[in-house]
Amino acid sequence: MSIYADIILDHYQNPRNNKKLDTPSRTVDVNNPLCGDKLHMELTEKNGSVEDIGFTGEGCAISIASASLLTQYAKGKDLQKLSSLEADDVVGLLGIELTPNRMKCALLSWEGLLKLVNK
Amino acid sequence: MFNPKQIRDDFPIYYHNPHLIYLDSAATSLKPISVIDKLNEYYKKYSANIHRGIYKIAEKASEEYEESRKIVSLFINSKRSEEIIFTKGATESLNLIASSLGQALIKEGDEIVTTILEHHANFVPWQQLMAQTGAVLKVIDINDNHEWGVATYSKHGKVRIDISDVVTTKTKILAVNYVSNTLGTINPVKEIIQEAKKINPAIITVVDAAQAAPHIPIDVQSLGCDFLVFSGHKMLGPTGVGVLWGKYEHLQSMPPYQFGGDMIREVALEETTFNDVPHKFEAGTPPIAEIIALKEAIAYLKYFGFEAIQNHEKQLARYAIEKMQQEFGERITILGPREFERRSGVVSFVLNKIHPHDIAQILDEYDICVRAGHHCTMPLHHTLQYPATTRASFYLYNNEEDVDHLVKGLRKVVKTFQK
Repeated sequence: MSIYADIILDHYQNPRNNKKLDTPSRTVDVNNPLCGDKLHMELTEKNGSVEDIGFTGEGCAISIASASLLTQYAKGKDLQKLSSLEADDVVGLLGIELTPNRMKCALLSWEGLLKLVNK
Repeated sequence: MFNPKQIRDDFPIYYHNPHLIYLDSAATSLKPISVIDKLNEYYKKYSANIHRGIYKIAEKASEEYEESRKIVSLFINSKRSEEIIFTKGATESLNLIASSLGQALIKEGDEIVTTILEHHANFVPWQQLMAQTGAVLKVIDINDNHEWGVATYSKHGKVRIDISDVVTTKTKILAVNYVSNTLGTINPVKEIIQEAKKINPAIITVVDAAQAAPHIPIDVQSLGCDFLVFSGHKMLGPTGVGVLWGKYEHLQSMPPYQFGGDMIREVALEETTFNDVPHKFEAGTPPIAEIIALKEAIAYLKYFGFEAIQNHEKQLARYAIEKMQQEFGERITILGPREFERRSGVVSFVLNKIHPHDIAQILDEYDICVRAGHHCTMPLHHTLQYPATTRASFYLYNNEEDVDHLVKGLRKVVKTFQK
């Protein structure tokens, strides 16, 4: 089965939360030099939860779709809870099977999110 | 005689993967059965260590091993076979030169000249040497036609090199690649060496021929270089074996790179006398089977001859470029020189802003193997302002049908992202 399922293509072509925030309280840059993928992620918080979250950057379909799905998932969630999010949870959000090589693409936004919530 | 479809019968991987469209020979080539058989022959019939045993199978192994050295020597027309040192690959060869020669030769304020087209293996060792010694690294840029900026071609393809701004009497080393692994540019190596030696006759010139040795006849005496390196696995040979060729007088004066068995003559408690060239640089048990089998790869290439191989690859590259441009027009950018005669069988491209990893992944669904990424040339990709590119590379076992499959696959890629 192709990993370019409708959900991936949808989130790649119309990424959610693909924006800069006006007054982010936390920001982070992550990159995957092997692929040339780069993400800038930021969030605002309210009462220990993610009030808003956004990302910008460039990357392959998998990394962008994953950033879109993950930020969508993170919005409104408790920061503490997000810090225990595991790689498998992210793969679950994508709903596709990934080879080890493409796992790096899928997990770039997760790496960014963990850095954001642990700041 | 040259029939790519028949050639495939010699490559067992096609039997085991009948639908394989292998377009990544610039990364590593496929292996013919004669090379695989030769590897097995050593393990089955005379798997003894070399240069040591008094018994018959050890002598047989040593003989086969040293015969490879002679065949490699003839393959690149070196003056004497002692100038051939076996390493584990072009990367180790370049590290050996940078480390051993660098120690002996480079001081603060000296200059090393290289180009932006280099594979990391011919860039990072010099950069590290610069950091260790305080030498200056100068980098020759490329022009819009993806060739060295210091080279100008006439209408008839005659090249003129002007490096008077780059190479000086302080330049101790010039290290350049023969064929670019990313752009496919065949560089005017002989001409740049000539010009460099005019400015500084003592300059040491190093040629990275990893992408040339599989495709172009190499003559180290005619090139006029001081060192030349390549890998076995890109030219139908086994992995784990590479070649370092150096002028005998340089090799004699250079300190050893590693210490251990086989590279010594005499060891006392306080001091050690080293063995002669080439053994001085071959410490420890080498990849014996791989080195023995390398000569079968050379025999295979020689059977068809480089003229036929090059013609075939160039034809395929041309067919691929024309077909891709016809199909995708403005949406595709093909990297490398516009002149087909100055490029190898490497075709790198950028398609419709689709990420190369996505292109490669979808092509893999149709058993098409291409390379996606920066191909170990990050400084070059930075200059080109593409974070990554997709590369298809051709060799003697590829045919026009492979190209047709590639173009069909790319059509599916574009379609996937048009949804």
